[in-house]
Amino acid sequence: MTAGNPATTGHPGSAAENQARWLIRGITIPGEGEQGARVTDMLLSGGSITAVESGLNHSGARVLDAEGLIALPGLVDLHTHLREPGREDAETVETGTAAAALGGYTAVHAMANTDPVADTAGVVEQVWRLGRTAGHCDVQPVGAVTSGLAGTRLAELGTMADSAARVRVFSDDGRCVSDPLLMRRALEYVKAFDGVIAQHAQDPRLTEGAQLNEGEMSARLGLAGWPAVAEEAIIARDCLLAAHVGSALHICHVSTAGSVEIIRWAKSKGWPVTAEITPHHLLLTDEFAAGYDPVFKVNPPLRTAADVAELRRALADGTVDCVATDHAPHPVEAKETEWAEAAFGMTGLETALRVVQLAIVDTGLLDWAGVADRMSVRPARIGRLTGQGIPLAVGAPANLTLYDPAAPAEAVVSVGASKSRNTPFAGMELPGRVVATFLRGVPTVLDGKLA
Amino acid sequence: MKRHLISAADLSRADALLILDTAEELASLADRPIKKLPTLRGRTVVNLFYEDSTRTRISFEAAAKRLSADVINFSAKGSSVGKGESLKDTALTLEAMGADAVVIRHGASGAAHRLAGWVQGSVLNAGDGTHEHPTQALLDAFTIRRRFTGGSGGPSPRGNTVGARGAGLDGLRVTIVGDVLHSRVARSNVLLLSTLGAEVTLAAPPTLLPHAVGSWPCAVSYDLDSELAKSDVVMMLRVQQERMTAAYFPSVREYSRRYGLDAARMARLPEHAIVMHPGPMNRGVEIAAEVADSVRSTIVEQVANGVTTRMAVLYLLLGGTEFPATEFPAVTR
Repeated sequence: MTAGNPATTGHPGSAAENQARWLIRGITIPGEGEQGARVTDMLLSGGSITAVESGLNHSGARVLDAEGLIALPGLVDLHTHLREPGREDAETVETGTAAAALGGYTAVHAMANTDPVADTAGVVEQVWRLGRTAGHCDVQPVGAVTSGLAGTRLAELGTMADSAARVRVFSDDGRCVSDPLLMRRALEYVKAFDGVIAQHAQDPRLTEGAQLNEGEMSARLGLAGWPAVAEEAIIARDCLLAAHVGSALHICHVSTAGSVEIIRWAKSKGWPVTAEITPHHLLLTDEFAAGYDPVFKVNPPLRTAADVAELRRALADGTVDCVATDHAPHPVEAKETEWAEAAFGMTGLETALRVVQLAIVDTGLLDWAGVADRMSVRPARIGRLTGQGIPLAVGAPANLTLYDPAAPAEAVVSVGASKSRNTPFAGMELPGRVVATFLRGVPTVLDGKLA
Repeated sequence: MKRHLISAADLSRADALLILDTAEELASLADRPIKKLPTLRGRTVVNLFYEDSTRTRISFEAAAKRLSADVINFSAKGSSVGKGESLKDTALTLEAMGADAVVIRHGASGAAHRLAGWVQGSVLNAGDGTHEHPTQALLDAFTIRRRFTGGSGGPSPRGNTVGARGAGLDGLRVTIVGDVLHSRVARSNVLLLSTLGAEVTLAAPPTLLPHAVGSWPCAVSYDLDSELAKSDVVMMLRVQQERMTAAYFPSVREYSRRYGLDAARMARLPEHAIVMHPGPMNRGVEIAAEVADSVRSTIVEQVANGVTTRMAVLYLLLGGTEFPATEFPAVTR
């Protein structure tokens, strides 16, 4: 096995392969506060940003008029289900990364709950190679924490770390590493290669058969409750474990106000804890389950308006580090059924940035520089990616997303690049539009379409 | 707005009274030598039962037949989604067969709601998971009204008297006892009886009450004994076998001791109070045999009233009434 980094040696956009240059005219680069934002031109060449200044002229370069658009460092998703291998009927690396590019992403972390599970070097390398072939964005495989996600013994974490896929994030996502001893060992073990354990916090006993946030809605609808405490108890335990062994813990899809409080406390102690939140938990509540449409069935479940408000604040103040989509495609038949029979999960890559604009930016909680931090810089840092999440400046890799926040709000359609249609936002009007995405200087999306 | 009956929450007070009053009209048929009405001749009612429930299926079947509808019984028991046909495909099949109404009993909460999105005909919820069982609540309300508003009105139980038309259940105190958490009967009854003006109290161990029960239109008590003396109606819920071993309570004996209705507890009820049970009963667990068989027990009456009430619902829905209803269609004789 050869060690390599998809961010620096990936084929699409590597200098040797593509010499096309792009001159992006009149782009707005957000900065800290209002005065920090500046309108400028930007030259992309050889996979990097080679110039950032007004009045740039470069003969031979292709020109993109970006007036009114903002530039963000290419978005990085810490939590994507690409479903390949095993469930190619729901999504493939090709279709999932196409959806990612259309959503403005230049890198995604592919979750391990495939079939076979990504718990060996062989599977993570396969996913990594499929990502390089597809070329719409970088695909960084996540390795399983336990063999077969069974929660009984550790997967070969070190071998996955040493593989060509260079795995650093490990997660049994979909299942919780509920055994406290196993969780402790996993946290300790990955210190050897600067790994991080991304926990799906869900006490299994407290959530047996759980269908919907335990509260007024679950009581009214007669659906088995998924109590907030089942998430919060695991987060509290794992924060204490992370502090005890001095290793990095990342909390997947935080969904309750109580979880935020615990994470805030852990961070105040200086403990190595990070956390993510999904777009759907920033916008939707359990009230959406009233019609029993399983497109709103997700794990962790949609919570209350009070939780949504607190999660928004937590993302804005940095208690929650980043937005991660938990893009979870499912075929039509998995959702066109009774609620209890339906699969958990929602797609999200193609709508994430627009949802964040609606929930966080247009509400005045966070500016675009903050969005760049929460959707690119911090997730790349948590995922230990080297060529992603780098602020837009001369010398940085030319990974960027051009976004039009002033685009008139349009209703979301369920059919996109993803193979699946289980978007909860179908029919909702969301602002903004991803105009272009560049991966190491090569457009993967232009004029809102795959390039 | 709605041509279905899926939740008791869909019924306004006027809707509920319309159904109860229609049921009273139809009940008078039972005294005739020929019990059948031609009203639904040529209409097809499908009983789609994913769970075994002989009593509910037979009740709906008798109701539809007395209205001269063609009845198709579709027992889909055991055909869980994993193995058999999906609910949607079954719905499309029934649709193609021209079902005017589908009566569905299903183990999943929301199944009736989902079905209503896939068929053109009316959907009647005959129990969906731990969600609702609205016709059970209607027949319970019908039974209570007959017992308490018959004759001159006011609390004077006289057995099978005729309920007063247009009367609600205002001020009557109903105590529902037992596994509220998993009970579709309790959910529908809390909604309907409170809509009709009754004061509902749930009496149960805290483990068998929904976490958010405080948002319901009823009172809550953990102590059955303190509720007995002020109850006009005590409704006992069945304790399902699978709850008995899942840490909801320490043992069946302890449950029975604290929340079972035995002769001693029955003696503490007001003289006029009645005892209800949706059936099937666990004699000796939630209700003692001497209580079930006492004169206060309305259990057999509830079964008879079930047919009448379901006739009223079928009659109204298939006759074009939408809930909430605006006018009172006369019963055709």
